Amino acid sequence: MKIVVCIKQVPDTAARVVAENGQVSWGDAPLVMNPWDEYAVEAALQLKEAQGGDVTAISVGGESAKEALKNALAMGCSEAVLISDPALEGADSQAVAKVLAAAIQKIGDVDLAFFGKQAIDGDMGVTHVQTARVLDWPALTSVSTIQSVDPGAKTLRVERTMEEGRVVVEARMPAVISVLKDIGEPRYPSFMGIRKASRATIPVWTLADLGIQAPQSHVTWPVVENPPVREVKTEMITGDTPQEIAAKLVDKILAEKVL
Amino acid sequence: MDLSLQAEHRMAQQMVREFAQKEVAPVIKEWDRKQEMAPFVLRRMGELGILGICLPAAYGGQGLDYISLGLACEELEAVDTSLRVVMSVHVGLNSLGLFQWATEEQKQRFLVPQARGEKIACFGLTEPGAGSDVAGIASTAVLKGSEYVINGEKMWISLATRADHVLWFARTETDAADPHDGLSAFLVELDRPGVSRGDIHGKLGVRAGSTGWIAMQDVRVPVENRIGEPGEGFKIAMSCLDNGRYTVAAGATGLIRACLEASVKYASEREAFGRKIGKFQLVQQKIARMVQSYDAARLLYLRVGWMKNRGLRNTRETSLAKWFATDASFQAASEALQIHGAYGYSDEYDVERYLRNAKGAVIYEGTSEIHQLIQAGYALGYRQDPALRCELPAYDEEKWQLV
Repeated sequence: MKIVVCIKQVPDTAARVVAENGQVSWGDAPLVMNPWDEYAVEAALQLKEAQGGDVTAISVGGESAKEALKNALAMGCSEAVLISDPALEGADSQAVAKVLAAAIQKIGDVDLAFFGKQAIDGDMGVTHVQTARVLDWPALTSVSTIQSVDPGAKTLRVERTMEEGRVVVEARMPAVISVLKDIGEPRYPSFMGIRKASRATIPVWTLADLGIQAPQSHVTWPVVENPPVREVKTEMITGDTPQEIAAKLVDKILAEKVL
Repeated sequence: MDLSLQAEHRMAQQMVREFAQKEVAPVIKEWDRKQEMAPFVLRRMGELGILGICLPAAYGGQGLDYISLGLACEELEAVDTSLRVVMSVHVGLNSLGLFQWATEEQKQRFLVPQARGEKIACFGLTEPGAGSDVAGIASTAVLKGSEYVINGEKMWISLATRADHVLWFARTETDAADPHDGLSAFLVELDRPGVSRGDIHGKLGVRAGSTGWIAMQDVRVPVENRIGEPGEGFKIAMSCLDNGRYTVAAGATGLIRACLEASVKYASEREAFGRKIGKFQLVQQKIARMVQSYDAARLLYLRVGWMKNRGLRNTRETSLAKWFATDASFQAASEALQIHGAYGYSDEYDVERYLRNAKGAVIYEGTSEIHQLIQAGYALGYRQDPALRCELPAYDEEKWQLV
């Protein structure tokens, strides 16, 4: 099987993200692979191990995104490609989807393209469906389990999990899949993978290599703000006995209409 | 001069950090209280290749360099000292000793399963009556035909009850002119008849680590299990310590980092006299000292890693790194506890465990006093390091990858 996993480099989850005058910054916090995408890599690797084949990790981003791709290689992906072009500066998810679709087509004969459910920086959660739309492939979202894959018949069966319950979905391949945490805890990179990844030269494809023009972006972010700072007041309730303290607490709760 | 870490180092460090933070940090307090080793630790460290991190792939290792070993130890001890102790005895004191001194046949038989984590290894030097005074070892090994018969007792042995192999030091010549020359080293499988062992409880720190004793009564081992030549035991033990002490230095550096991080966090949360305690200069002074110790300790151990990679003798530099980092980690832990006030004195916070754990490393693998004698010895010209028959192999980026 030929599997592609699409990953994004984002600021670390522990970063303190500050929005000032519409500009977002995260200080000197490291950039990492989007945590949701780690689950996508895990799902792709599990499938490769079960069915054979290879997994190519791709990412749209600047030179630094090679670090995230190296992490994917260290986890066990066979190859990695960075798609980078100055014309992609500020691209919206739709534009990125067109670029990813072109890259998937350039790789050729891809059976499945895996995505995380969203990226923790933009939190749009639509790139996978937009990519599926450009490719004209089925989009299987919120996948918690891959039940079976039939490479001969080019079909697969997956389980989707929602708040209301679960659905088993069958689809034809090629397809786009976005996965949930239930797919399995992402593996650590192995030392052997780390050795391979740190010596790997990651090819960079430009828009010219993909044979496409810079796709237009239609979504901009005119206002970006941090949530308002909440004022928290702490009050100690005292009393001589636990019963007395509890009674005072109940009165407070009722007065504040918490219950 | 290049002080930057390579991508490989950073990724290996990150991987070990994730393991320690995700799998051990959430449960370490519980195992420390129980005075038991978390049961999954050795298995997981073996599976992940950490137990063979800096050995060639041909010997079952992961083919990373000695700097990666140091970085791994820093990450492990930033979570708990017991994790780093595993590296000190299994990798530093035993496996690297075999890598340096064992014959090819012995490496295949003993080192390969150790590097793969299939066999766990420990180091039997210290005795109830012989610590710093290595030449005072009383254990004996008497050659009878093609076998040695070993008797004696070892004490304060990390992983004593968990290990499959021990690198055992015993006296083979009772009438050597210099008692240092009468010692020999043996790799003994611990399932041989006559071996008994047990755990020691009630330690001040490293309570989630396994420490015990091993006794041998007429234990027979074939001559093929002797590591090095007869009488080379002292030199082998000292080589092993050059490697073990490196892991201790790197680990203590991680402990300083843990103290610093805990202190910064608490000083940014806790308020007194209407402001965060981090605003007070005496708290700042403690934090500044931790920053200073951390950077200095890190530079000292990385220099040793760099020297080992190049195959340079590093006894002096290793001793300096170990002495500095362990003393500094104990001070850092003490000050971290002070910053935490009464809360730091309880096990609600991690800093009391850091303080208890830090003290051990000031004692084992050369007390701070011994290291001061070593340093003065070099400065005064009383000590030299004559070339050894077997030196620790330098790191070879290409060859170490070949299976």
